[in-house]
Amino acid sequence: MGGATMTTYLIRRLLQSIIVLFFVTLITLLLVHLVPGGPVVALVGVRATPQQIAYYNHLYGFDQPIWVQYWRWVSQFVQGNFGYSLKNNQSVASEIAQYLPKTLVLVALATVISLVFGIPLGIYQAVKRYTVGDYALTWVSFLGYATPTFFVGLIMIDWFSLKLPIFPSQAPQGTTVGQVLSQPAALVLPVFTFAFVEYALWSRYMRSSVMDNLVQDYVRTARAKGASERQVLWGHVFRNSLITIVTLIGLSIPTLVAGAIFVEVVFNYPGMGLAFYNAAQNVDFQTLMGFTVIATVATIVGNLAADVGYAMLDPRVRY
Amino acid sequence: MSMITPPPEGPSAGAVLDAPPNGAGTLTAVEAAELGLEPTAKPRSLLRRGWEVFAENKLALASLGGVVFMVGFCFIGPLIYSTDQVHVSLAQSLCPPGSGHPLGCDQLGYDLLGRLMTGGQTSLEVGFAAAVVSVLFGTLYGAFAGFVGGPIDAFLMRVVDAGLSIPYIMVLIILSVIFRPSTTIMIFIIAVFYWLGVARLIRGETLTLRTREYVQAVKVIGGRRSRAIIRHIVPNSIGTIIVQGTFAVADSILILAGLGFLGLGVSPPATDWGTMLSNGTNYLQSQQNYWWLIYPAGIAIIVTCISFNFIGDALRDAFETRLQRR
Repeated sequence: MGGATMTTYLIRRLLQSIIVLFFVTLITLLLVHLVPGGPVVALVGVRATPQQIAYYNHLYGFDQPIWVQYWRWVSQFVQGNFGYSLKNNQSVASEIAQYLPKTLVLVALATVISLVFGIPLGIYQAVKRYTVGDYALTWVSFLGYATPTFFVGLIMIDWFSLKLPIFPSQAPQGTTVGQVLSQPAALVLPVFTFAFVEYALWSRYMRSSVMDNLVQDYVRTARAKGASERQVLWGHVFRNSLITIVTLIGLSIPTLVAGAIFVEVVFNYPGMGLAFYNAAQNVDFQTLMGFTVIATVATIVGNLAADVGYAMLDPRVRY
Repeated sequence: MSMITPPPEGPSAGAVLDAPPNGAGTLTAVEAAELGLEPTAKPRSLLRRGWEVFAENKLALASLGGVVFMVGFCFIGPLIYSTDQVHVSLAQSLCPPGSGHPLGCDQLGYDLLGRLMTGGQTSLEVGFAAAVVSVLFGTLYGAFAGFVGGPIDAFLMRVVDAGLSIPYIMVLIILSVIFRPSTTIMIFIIAVFYWLGVARLIRGETLTLRTREYVQAVKVIGGRRSRAIIRHIVPNSIGTIIVQGTFAVADSILILAGLGFLGLGVSPPATDWGTMLSNGTNYLQSQQNYWWLIYPAGIAIIVTCISFNFIGDALRDAFETRLQRR
């Protein structure tokens, strides 16, 4: 792949991402205007007088044309001003600074653990396909798909915290990442709940990816050259299958966001997901919008990274 | 959840057809048909062949049984086992399973077995309806975009990209906060996101289908676009559509359960399985173990969703093998 084509491709994808971001931010802003009575009523309550509503409408610029509001909001956003949560009396940027690191810790731990189990077991399933072991593990991953994340969490609490009091039922509390990490026992249940749900995803994709690769010509070539099954599997198939998984991790951010929200609510884990849930309960639109746009940017970056990563890892991909 | 289904999953019909023949000298049925040779046996309909492959799969049949059971339990059950699911009776609050109340009562004194049926009605109705709405709309949108191609296709697909780049759960939560949903609104809130994935998939399918001779023929004889899409593209993607629809039901039920758990589900006295779990959570940690507030609703969700997932999987096999062994 030539350097020039890669650059053109990157530029095209970046432009596409900007267009996507434009749509998303516009939709988010329009959503808030869907609130019955307008965004100010959500803020000051339904019993506010018309004068108060008009005052706040003017104060926050909601009486301006939508494109003026949009421009102001986006230009503030680009400068790092994500809005101000009146319910929490805190800027959304400082909320993100406070909660995001803790959520990243949770997601990272769960993802690493689920990959440690999911990749080898997925390979095992593909190699021993249609055996008892494969069917048993297929059941496990289908259970992971069909069980709501929060129900996994509830079962974990019931079994490993109430029936067998091994682990605390509540996630570690604290304002800093250090405080959260200093209570490993309390981290076990939230992390494993999240990891189980992710495991279902990775193992399933790994299985189908390895199965696809096992019938490729290069595998036949390797076998014909006299490579052992071990060499074929780990030297060839494994490395090619990993490409799929790397791409998938980039594409799975919306799923991870959903997982984080439910795990954090069930275990009262002090991260972005719980803060988002609380904002929903308090009808705090500034926080809801700010968090949504940040998560969207993360998703777009993830998709971009997946595409670029795929192009770099697989030299057959050309643009 | 299947919202992140990656493009390379599963060979498309086109890929299978374009594959080189298995052995030199022998013609596959497809090639024989293309060359105008007589088929050896009378061709059976697609759905018939699909059903035959499906029926060989024991797990799929058991899952179909599971779905039929859940539907019967929720919709016919209340006719046999009728309970009051509207009036609160605090005297019965949290009564344990026993005579009169096989699964006990919840904190407001509703009989839990009856509540499971009522809640299940909501969950299944929303699941089915959201699946139908999103698959119908997604199919037409994707088929149209793929068929017209060019800048219109590019624009329509950027809209889909934009939608898929928003973490869906966040917008679902915002929408639920804004609308305080009824069952009907819930259906559209879920469908508003779910159609995106369907549209992308069907568009991909359409790109391979639109180059086929029989689709080109419509254009040649002066047929309208809508005719090519509705009479040729959509029927030939029916396998993908049905499989997606099946997964869509399971996913919609899970999404509804999630929103219910967050306290954003349907309003009382109506309920759904997720809302029931949400209420039960408050009592999980109390001294007495109120297991009946948690497990029946949770297991109902799992049984329903796992059945739909297994059925979807079996259907995918059924529709794919149709190309290899007829």
